[in-house]
Amino acid sequence: MQRTILAGLIGLVFGTGIAISGMANPAKVLNFFDVAGTWDASLALVMGAALLVTAIGYRVVLKRPKPICEASFHLPTNRKLDLPLIAGSAIFGIGWGISGFCPGGAIPALGLGEVSAWVFVGAMLAGIFAARTVRLALEQRTTQSA
Amino acid sequence: MTEFTPVLSLSGGALIGLSAVLLMAFHGRIAGMTGILTSLLPPVSADWAWRAAFLAGAIVAPMLILGFSDQVIAYSSPVPLPWIVVGGLIVGVGVYFGSGCTSGHGVCGIARLSPRSIAATATFMGTAIATVFVVRHVLGGF
Repeated sequence: MQRTILAGLIGLVFGTGIAISGMANPAKVLNFFDVAGTWDASLALVMGAALLVTAIGYRVVLKRPKPICEASFHLPTNRKLDLPLIAGSAIFGIGWGISGFCPGGAIPALGLGEVSAWVFVGAMLAGIFAARTVRLALEQRTTQSA
Repeated sequence: MTEFTPVLSLSGGALIGLSAVLLMAFHGRIAGMTGILTSLLPPVSADWAWRAAFLAGAIVAPMLILGFSDQVIAYSSPVPLPWIVVGGLIVGVGVYFGSGCTSGHGVCGIARLSPRSIAATATFMGTAIATVFVVRHVLGGF
């Protein structure tokens, strides 16, 4: 229970950061990408500050034997650059460039009550769900034929 | 045009970083929005409660800012709704196969110097810049 409440408070910190930084504003995000036009460099500062704090904080936290509420750290172990990673990321960037929304920017934008944010999140969840359904079906077929 | 907001953007970025550090310190988890959303879609992950709570906190945060402070949160979406739908579907498929987005790869992964996250971030930043260039300067769109 305590662990869930803590996650909610940490989510509040995340949402506050996203909202005041400008990441939840599609017009600002699109201007950050528009280096040949109405460029707004603000989001480079968002990424820079977030990275600096995370890199320093992780160095301290990951020296501990385990997290405070859990038995162990859950860190991704895959270090291989593969096709799904690169192709998926390339596809994500295209969608981000069309809409001005990334998942972490769109979720706090829901709290602003903007229709465009709700439409985006609905479509994005449909995209994730469809992609996962296709992948699970393909994996099942491979296991059956093997 | 949007205004350059160095102070708000640096403070917001620092808070995003702080939330990533706290989630690692308490829960031992990467603060990646893609992973959190994916685990909450059916079949729902058994360990869903902390993810739902994080998500709820992230949605409520701007409401609290607007309700209890004088801080204005600028928002404007220049993109027509049908294109938002197209963009949303593409983002969903992309982040699922790419195993992450700006929060998971761009902040948490790069902070750990993960080669996958560095490659992913360079790729999605590159295609986003290229897409905006094509939409705005080649096609003359939004």
